[in-house]
Amino acid sequence: MNWTAIQSIFVFEMFRFFRTIAQSFLAPVISTSLYFVVFGAAIGSRIQEVDGISYGAFIVPGLIMLTVITQSISNASFGIYFPKFIGTFFELLAAPISFIEIVVGYVGAAAVKALIIGLIILATSFFFVDISVAHPFAMLLFLVLTTISFALFGFILGIWAGNFEQLQIVPLLIVTPLVFLGGSFYSISMLPPFWQTVSMFNPVVYLISGFRWAFFDTADVPVVISLLAIAGFTALCLGVIWWIFRTGWRIRQ
Amino acid sequence: MSPIVSIQTLHKSYDDGFEALKGVSLEIEEGEILALLGPNGAGKTTLISTVCGITTATSGTVTVGGHDIIKDFRAARSLIGLVPQEINLEPFEKVINTVRFSRGLYGKPRDDAAIEKVLRSLSLWDKKDARIHALSGGMKRRVLIAKALAHDPRVLFLDEPTAGVDVELRRDMWDVVADLKASGVTIILTTHYIEEAEAIADRVGVIAKGELLLVEKKTKLMKRMGQKQLEVQLAEKIDAVPASLRSDAVTLSEDGCTLIYTYDTKRERTGITKLLSQVADAGLVLRDLSTRQSSLEDIFVTLVREDAA
Repeated sequence: MNWTAIQSIFVFEMFRFFRTIAQSFLAPVISTSLYFVVFGAAIGSRIQEVDGISYGAFIVPGLIMLTVITQSISNASFGIYFPKFIGTFFELLAAPISFIEIVVGYVGAAAVKALIIGLIILATSFFFVDISVAHPFAMLLFLVLTTISFALFGFILGIWAGNFEQLQIVPLLIVTPLVFLGGSFYSISMLPPFWQTVSMFNPVVYLISGFRWAFFDTADVPVVISLLAIAGFTALCLGVIWWIFRTGWRIRQ
Repeated sequence: MSPIVSIQTLHKSYDDGFEALKGVSLEIEEGEILALLGPNGAGKTTLISTVCGITTATSGTVTVGGHDIIKDFRAARSLIGLVPQEINLEPFEKVINTVRFSRGLYGKPRDDAAIEKVLRSLSLWDKKDARIHALSGGMKRRVLIAKALAHDPRVLFLDEPTAGVDVELRRDMWDVVADLKASGVTIILTTHYIEEAEAIADRVGVIAKGELLLVEKKTKLMKRMGQKQLEVQLAEKIDAVPASLRSDAVTLSEDGCTLIYTYDTKRERTGITKLLSQVADAGLVLRDLSTRQSSLEDIFVTLVREDAA
């Protein structure tokens, strides 16, 4: 394992993050703060408690997940797509590194960026709502697993994408609806039975439910199922990446 | 001495069935400059890309420094630096950071002194904190070379280093290549500029349609294939070649003032003495004599034409 190479990719990617600090860091924090203001403070005070939790606090885990998932995907997909787009990808192929180093470097950087943003949003939420974390370690574990698994997913997306439109389309048309309908703003138990069943096919439900459990000790689905779901998703992404690198799909002719 | 790069019957077919390399074999000695000369689409870039690990060969083997490029890719690739044809650089990054990144990718620990040496050797040191997009085209090419040299490679591949650059910059690049050779780096460059191969290469390989037509020492190649022309300038214009001089080897220039005699330098008897006495016998008065060696370009055109035929 070429650790120096991993470190180089990681540092290079983090540099990009700090170079574009307004776009990569301020934007998600400000937009999430707006959610807190609108849903937490303005409307939230008129909505009754959910599972005994004030609405403003109830939406915090979902909002963090919403941002962390979109950030993990966009960071990783852009991170690997950009070298393809500007043509510097050849350098990665010609370097004495295996695909493992490439994945660890790019996915690691994307996950860390998303994690930083997630933690900042959590810190921001303390300013707007009264909230405490019941299981801090589980909360961190969920956050880390989510950033890694969705950064892996974003990496696949970046390898697959042939242009910027393709890079945007999956997050916009699939991921955002899944996250919004995954119980970010409501408890699945509030839905009619039919839609509850439909929701069970949405993988994001398991994530948000597990993450919310870490905060409030209450969940839509058992926490073990949540962990299994995210582990399964991570394994699936790893499998796809393994296949991509074995066949050189869209990478090496 | 074993070659630093050894390529054995390398084949490359793309998915669409196009055969870019048709069994290329080539050995490159340490410390030499080899120019791969060929028209566009000849397979030059495919050959380089395959050795460097960017494309996968369909069959054949390549070793670099004795290491197989597939089985022992880490050791093999550590020895190689690649300067691509296109200017592919991260536009918003600083020069020094992108060079450091390249060094790191090759597993070498950060070494600011080594980076400074590379940047200084390419006259880039005062631009080290400049963003790539603010540099001129020539400077960007230098950054590409700096990136390729950041990990102290022993073999440097330059893919069309002077394609589309002006004359001054081309000479500049040749100087850079000469300096690199002096520092002991083996250089393989592709080009379709014959004068480039002629100016800087030790050996020349001619490649066309995926086949290596020949590889030879530049001087030997020109000697072997080279024909010379003797130009006999006459004091007075004539209308036709005098009957006594008529042969396939003698032609008259359009203005009628010069007789051109083409001869083979390899032959023991070039026929010059005979020609000159015949010229005197024909009553022609000489004004001047000059000879011209056929250039690599002539050789190249002949080879590629023969291949097409």
